Amino acid sequence: MTTENQASRSDAPLTAQVDQHDLAKETADILGWDDAAVFGRSVTVNKPRHEVYAFWRDFQNFPSFMENVRSVTIADSGLSHWIVEAPGGQTVEWDSVLTEDAPGDLIAWSSVEGADIKNVGRIEFKDAAPGRGTVVTATIAYDPPGGRLGILLAKLFQNEPKLQARRDLRRFKQFMETGEVATARTHLDNGERGQ
Amino acid sequence: MRALTWHGKHDVRMETVPDPEIINPRDAVIRITSTAICGSDLHIYDSFIPTMKPGDILGHEFMGEVVDVGRSSTLQKGQRVVVPFVIACGSCFHCGQQQFSACDNSNPADKADISEIAYGYPASGLFGYSHMTGGYAGGQAEYVRVPFSDIGPIVVPDGLEDEKVLFLSDILPTGWMAAENCEITPGDTVAVWGCGPVGLFAIQSAMIMGAHRVIAIDHYPRRLELARAMGAEVINFQDVKVREALMEMTGGIGPDACIDAVGMESHGFTLDNNVDKLKTATRLGTDRPHVFREVLMACRKGGRVSIPGVYGGVGDKIPIGAMMQKGLQIRTGQTHVQRYLQPLLEMIGEGKIDTTFLISHRMALEDAPAGYKMFKEEQNETTKVVLKPDWAAGAAA
Ligand SMILES: NC(=O)c1ccc[n+]([C@@H]2O[C@H](COP(=O)([O-])OP(=O)(O)OC[C@H]3O[C@@H](n4cnc5c(N)ncnc54)[C@H](O)[C@@H]3O)[C@@H](O)[C@H]2O)c1
Ligand SMILES: [Zn+2]
Ligand SMILES: [Zn+2]
Repeated sequence: MTTENQASRSDAPLTAQVDQHDLAKETADILGWDDAAVFGRSVTVNKPRHEVYAFWRDFQNFPSFMENVRSVTIADSGLSHWIVEAPGGQTVEWDSVLTEDAPGDLIAWSSVEGADIKNVGRIEFKDAAPGRGTVVTATIAYDPPGGRLGILLAKLFQNEPKLQARRDLRRFKQFMETGEVATARTHLDNGERGQ
Repeated sequence: MRALTWHGKHDVRMETVPDPEIINPRDAVIRITSTAICGSDLHIYDSFIPTMKPGDILGHEFMGEVVDVGRSSTLQKGQRVVVPFVIACGSCFHCGQQQFSACDNSNPADKADISEIAYGYPASGLFGYSHMTGGYAGGQAEYVRVPFSDIGPIVVPDGLEDEKVLFLSDILPTGWMAAENCEITPGDTVAVWGCGPVGLFAIQSAMIMGAHRVIAIDHYPRRLELARAMGAEVINFQDVKVREALMEMTGGIGPDACIDAVGMESHGFTLDNNVDKLKTATRLGTDRPHVFREVLMACRKGGRVSIPGVYGGVGDKIPIGAMMQKGLQIRTGQTHVQRYLQPLLEMIGEGKIDTTFLISHRMALEDAPAGYKMFKEEQNETTKVVLKPDWAAGAAA
């Protein structure tokens, strides 16, 4: 019983919709937040699925490709503790809990009570066409805080959370495929941060 | 070290800057023994390339001696290498297809946004060619940091002097790929617009690939002379109407394949080119695609169009109808240099390809600003400038 509406619907993910308002609202409703900033992007990595999954499953690898993440440590409780650099030498922190883990297929996490910034992340892994590696789809959402933290956050994400996530995914692909993160720096002690 | 830096339109300077270091495991540092000025550098010199920053080190045609290596480099100190101007990782999907200039991983993540917006996809990294292609320091310098040094650089035998192999870095493979993209079959006539280094090497390559005739187009007598010396027939576009001339010279058929080895800064006083000049001067347009238009009009029905000439932005009044109605095939791109290094090095070794005929000036790196001015303003006499970092200022040959 496909309605005409459903039949004419695009096969693209919600994050590619012209009107992003629905997506933010739906996400906020599901998570019980006031508002949500949502970002989704897919990248194809020329490596087998289990390898890509395994790298992402070790949260302590995140600082090697997430520019602003200074460290992620895993506590005995199983919670991961994130320390994220913010402008002016400041940091924001939170604890996250793994909410889903299907080896080779899916990883999802959510910040727990008391986070400086409430956030959730979901990473899906699918085989690309035969011989072409793995499609990684990242969906990240956070509850945009107001006040001082909101301003700090805007700066942290260079006013564009999508931009930061997009660059982090590029670095992730570079690191997986080449073993290093591309940089134009010519000195160890200048310019942008290396890995 | 000393390096040639860009500061604005027609303003390049020799400056002292810190020596480069190994940053990533696959890096190498090269001491440069020879480096050249390219027609592509002129687009930067003329301020046609966006995302340049004052102080950027130019140069993407260079070779030298390995002086330092990262732990994952496969090079050894002391080896002589020629370095491709295209930076490629060797392990992404595109590199696997030998489409090295489409490498996914060589442009740093924070530099890739610009081309992703301008072209829909991030460009790959190039040496010394603006921040859009990575912001990598170039090789018109005493030293250069070479990323992915296990993939790009080719080790050359000591018996082959610099001038025989230097152009493997760019213009020789560029001319070769331009001709290869013409899919030349016996009996074909190939027309080549532009007799600069790229056009001349394209002519040489087309001859080797068995073209029946090559017709070369330019307005500099000395450059046309070099084309003629390689066996091409020539057209001086100042004297004759190019399309009419080509039609007459091919018995009313038109060339089977056409190569645009000019790119975005076409010369000439045709109406369309003058309008484009006005538009680019007032920033209403980005490129002057006069040659591209002419190529689409002149090529025979079902023919092949190959575009090594560099374009950067958007072009107006492209005869898209001619392209479609005639069923033209179009091939273009930054050269997949790494693909051609080994076979071309062999042909140089066997004496099948000569590269030295091109060089009109050899001078000290220290005099590079004068070299740019000459290559820009005296194109007739200046076919190619090679810079030597270890020569004293003022030395020339
Ligand atoms: N695709 C690549 O990877 C690649 C690599 C190297 C260079 N290039 C590009 O190739 C082009 C040529 O490079 P070059 O080093 O030979 O440059 P060049 O500036 O030395 O030569 C260009 C020649 O084109 C001629 N010309 C100008 N207008 C013309 C017209 N209307 N008709 C016919 N000829 C005309 C000029 O007189 C000149 O001789 C440039 O655009 C350069 O950026 C591309
Ligand atoms: Zn070049
Ligand atoms: Zn690659």
